[in-house]
Amino acid sequence: MSVITGERTVRVNPLRRLLIRPETGAVVGSIAVWIFFAIVAGSSGFTSSRGTSSYLSVSAELAILAIPVALLMIGGEFDLSVGSTVGATGMVIAILSTQYGWNVWAAIVVALIFAVLIGMVNGYLVMRTRLPSFIVTLGTAYILYGMTAGFTTLLTGLTVVNGVDQAPGFSSAHAVFATALGGGQQYPIEIIWALALVVLATWLLLGTSFGNWIFGVGGDANAARNIGVPVARVKILLFVGTALGACLLAIIQVMAFTNADVLRGQGLEFYAIVAAVVGGVLLTGGYGSAIGAMFGALVFGIVEEGIVFAGVDANWYKAVVGVILLLAVLLNSYVRKLAMEARR
Amino acid sequence: MNTTNTQPVPLIEVQAVSKYFGSVIALKDISMSVNAGEVMCLLGDNGAGKSTLIKILSGVYRPSDGHYMVEGKEARFSSPREALSAGIATVFQDLAMIPLMGISRNFFLGSEPTKGWGPFRRFNVNFANRVTREELARMGIQIRDTAQPVGTLSGGERQSVAIARAVYFGAKVLILDEPTAALGVKEAGIVLRYIAQARARGLGVIFITHNPHHAYPIGDRFTLLNRGHSMGTFAKNEISREELTGMMAGGEALEELSHELAEFARTDEKAREALEAAAHGFEAEVEQLHIEQLPPKFVDAEQHYEQSLPTDGESNQ
Repeated sequence: MSVITGERTVRVNPLRRLLIRPETGAVVGSIAVWIFFAIVAGSSGFTSSRGTSSYLSVSAELAILAIPVALLMIGGEFDLSVGSTVGATGMVIAILSTQYGWNVWAAIVVALIFAVLIGMVNGYLVMRTRLPSFIVTLGTAYILYGMTAGFTTLLTGLTVVNGVDQAPGFSSAHAVFATALGGGQQYPIEIIWALALVVLATWLLLGTSFGNWIFGVGGDANAARNIGVPVARVKILLFVGTALGACLLAIIQVMAFTNADVLRGQGLEFYAIVAAVVGGVLLTGGYGSAIGAMFGALVFGIVEEGIVFAGVDANWYKAVVGVILLLAVLLNSYVRKLAMEARR
Repeated sequence: MNTTNTQPVPLIEVQAVSKYFGSVIALKDISMSVNAGEVMCLLGDNGAGKSTLIKILSGVYRPSDGHYMVEGKEARFSSPREALSAGIATVFQDLAMIPLMGISRNFFLGSEPTKGWGPFRRFNVNFANRVTREELARMGIQIRDTAQPVGTLSGGERQSVAIARAVYFGAKVLILDEPTAALGVKEAGIVLRYIAQARARGLGVIFITHNPHHAYPIGDRFTLLNRGHSMGTFAKNEISREELTGMMAGGEALEELSHELAEFARTDEKAREALEAAAHGFEAEVEQLHIEQLPPKFVDAEQHYEQSLPTDGESNQ
C-alpha cells in the first residue's frame, strides 16, 4: 500500500511507520494481556481499582529499574548488578537510620552517593578491562550481595533490619517516596516516580546530545569513537544511571515496608532486562526507547497480578514470562528487519 | 604564504615515511603531499600499502621513520580525533556511521547543535534536519525523511553523507579510502562529482583507489604505490590513462590477462554453437536461445559433444 511520489521515493504507509517504532510491540502486548485478564479475571476484581492499583504498582517498581537499564542496553551494555544494588543501598539506609540514629534523609543521600560509586566502579571495570559487561556486572553483583549480607549480619546479627519508621525524618521521606494517592483507592506514589523517570529518560534520549551519543556508542562504539564521542564517559554515566534507578527503588521499598532485607532485589536484574527487551530494546544495542521499557514493565505487572486475580497458582508466572520474552525477541528481530527496509 | 618559494606550502606532506610491523616492511620511504584545491590520487593494487599510509595520515598509526608535516609544521597525532581537529577528515571504508541511526543524527553525531542553556540545553533537531537536508541537496541527494536509518541508504549515498559531513565540519583535507570501490557506475559518478565539488571549495583531497578509471578523470596528481614502495608522483599532463593503468597492473600481467579474456570469449562462442546444434537435435526453437555465461558443467557437456561428433552425431554417447 505505498504511493509512488517521485522517481524512486515511495510514501510509506503510516501503519508501517508506526509498526517500526521500538515500543509498538510492548504497547500492543500490554493491551492484549490486559484484555485477556479482563476477560479471564474481570469477575474477581482485576479491572476494579484495587486490581488496577496492584498491577500499576508492580509495573512502576519494575519500570524504575527497567528504564535506566534500557538506556544502558541501548548504549550496548548490560548491568546484572542492579538487583544487588537494590539490596545494598536499601540496607545502607536502614542501618544508618536504625543502628546509628541518622536522619532518614541523610541516610538517603549517603545511599545515593554509594549508588553513584557502584555505577562508576561497574562502568570503569567494563571500560578498563574491555570484558563483556554481562560477566563483569555478574561479578560485582555477587560481591555486592555478599558484602551486604556479611556486613548486615556483622552489625545487626540479622538479615532483615526493621524499625526505619522510628528514625528522624521518616514521615517526610515516607510522604515523598511511599505515600498513597487518590481518594478511595490507594495508588502508590511510585507510579508518579516511574512516569517522571520515563519523561526524563525520553527527553535525555531524544532531546539531548547525550542521547545521540547513547545511540551512537550502542550502534557502533568504534565508529562513535572515531567521530569524537567520549565513549567511556557515556557508558560509565549509563552505569551510574542504572545504579541510581536501583537506589530509587530501594528508597521506595524501605519507606513502604519500613525495613530492609538483604535478599530484596535479587532476580530483579533479569526482569529489568526482559522488560527492556519486551519494550523493543535491541539486545545488541543501538536501538530502543524508554517508553518501550515502561510498557514492557506494564506487561509484566499485568501478567503477574492477572495470574493472581485469575486464581491460578502463581508458580506459573515464570513460565509465562519466558514465553513473553521469546515472543518479544522474535517480534523485535522482525521489526528491526522492517525498519531497515522500510524506506528503501 | 611562502615568499621565497613559488610553491605554496602543502596542506599535508609526508617526507620519506616508513612503517614497520615487526620485521614486515609495510611502507618504505614514501613521500607525497597535497595542496589546497587539488585532488591527489593514491593508487596501488591490494597490499600496496595504501591503507597503512592513510592510517598514518589520519592519525591511527605513527610513522616508524620520516616526517609528517601539516601546513609546514611537524605533526604528531595520537588519535584520529586529533587529526580531525587539525582539519584532516578521513572517510574510512566502514564510514564511521551507525546503520540503525537516522541520517541527521549520524551527520551530527559527536558535534550536535544545541539550543537553550544549562540543564535545558537540548539537541536542536530541527536545525540538524534542515542542515542535513541542505547539505545533501547540494550534492544532488534528495532525502524526504532525515530520520531514515543510514543502513537503508545505498553505498554511494552513504559515502556522500560521510563526505558532506566532513566538508560541513570544516575539513581542510579530505582523505577518502576507496570511496568508489563497492559502487555501481552511476553511483561512483556521484561520488566523483562530489570530490570535484570539494576541490572547488578549496579542500585538498587524497583519493585512495585501485581503479585508475575512477582516478584519472578527477585526479590532478597521481602517486603510485607498489609493495610498500612509491613508484613516483606524476602530474596529469605527464601521464596518460593507459600508462597509469599499465603501471598499476604491470604491463606483462595485463597483456596476459587480455589473452585469457579472449580465450574465454572464444570458448563461450564454441559452447554456444554446440548448444545450438544440440537444440536442433531436439527440433526445438533456437531463435530465443541466448547464453550470457556458461556454467562449468556446460563446458564439460560441450567437450563430450565434440568427442561424440566424429563417430555418431545423434546418439547420446
